[in-house]
Amino acid sequence: MKYAIVLALALLCATPVVAQENVPPAPYAYRQLDDPVAEARAKALMVTLRCVMCQSQSIADSDASIAGDMRSEVRVRIARGEDPEHIRQWLIARYGDYVTYSPQVKPLTWPLFAAPVVILALAALLLRGRFRNAGDRDQT
Amino acid sequence: MTSPARTDSASTRRLAIWLPLVLFGGLFALFIHGLMRPASNNVVSAFVGNPLPQFALPPAAADRPGLATSAFHQGKPKLLNIFASWCVPCAAEAPQLAALSQAGVEIDGVAIHDRRDDLTRFLANNGNPYTAIGRDDERVVQIAIGSSGVPETYVIDGRGVIRYQHIGEIRADDVPKLIALLKEAQS
Repeated sequence: MKYAIVLALALLCATPVVAQENVPPAPYAYRQLDDPVAEARAKALMVTLRCVMCQSQSIADSDASIAGDMRSEVRVRIARGEDPEHIRQWLIARYGDYVTYSPQVKPLTWPLFAAPVVILALAALLLRGRFRNAGDRDQT
Repeated sequence: MTSPARTDSASTRRLAIWLPLVLFGGLFALFIHGLMRPASNNVVSAFVGNPLPQFALPPAAADRPGLATSAFHQGKPKLLNIFASWCVPCAAEAPQLAALSQAGVEIDGVAIHDRRDDLTRFLANNGNPYTAIGRDDERVVQIAIGSSGVPETYVIDGRGVIRYQHIGEIRADDVPKLIALLKEAQS
């Protein structure tokens, strides 16, 4: 009981943790676009963009102040009719490939995309050799 | 008697036994290297080398004008300091900014998510080395130049091109480096 009273008193003088900024967030940081189709396009893009502050979260998930401002930037551009991939490229030009979660095909990354094809082709080649040998043995 | 071909395959097999150990050793060295290397969470701007985007920010402080792109087209290299009154390292770099200002460096500021009262108090406590301070309540300019936090300081040449990005607070030993970079940007 005593603890409960102390706790209750502690609650009285506790100040809630204030967000780092006292200024209201950017207009579309926490507000969806009125047009649901545009909002869906913005959302689809936002979940594939990395928050540069909370680096393992997307800007759609992060509550960092800069993520809010990036969301607003994305939504405003989408509402203006800009292509989502164009917005992604605009951000990559500023923060590098690090800002996007969807990998880009570039001179540095194309082996990544080519590897499965090369490995499959190699496997097919090897298997063909094996099957041919097996066929030969059956005939003898 | 064993044929030569069979000896060959036997010796390859003997060597192949060591392969997993070699692989393990290689991976182990790689992981240790990764663990020992201090992690850097800095997001380096990919926008260095580009001209500043067009912007015109309203004044953030009572006694300083706002900041527009045209301020960086006057032929003289400048520093662009992204800061905020609520940012602790920004107060820590204030003496270094004062030293730069005393050395004749012109510094323009962009205040992120700031209130006039807070900023006035911050400048009264830490000094005001800025020629102009723009108010960026939505991080429009910050995002447009690929800056991911406060404080960050950019060297801008006389034609408005970003030459260098300094991430984090300016320490005492960064001051000569920044002065050298500004001199380099003059050419």
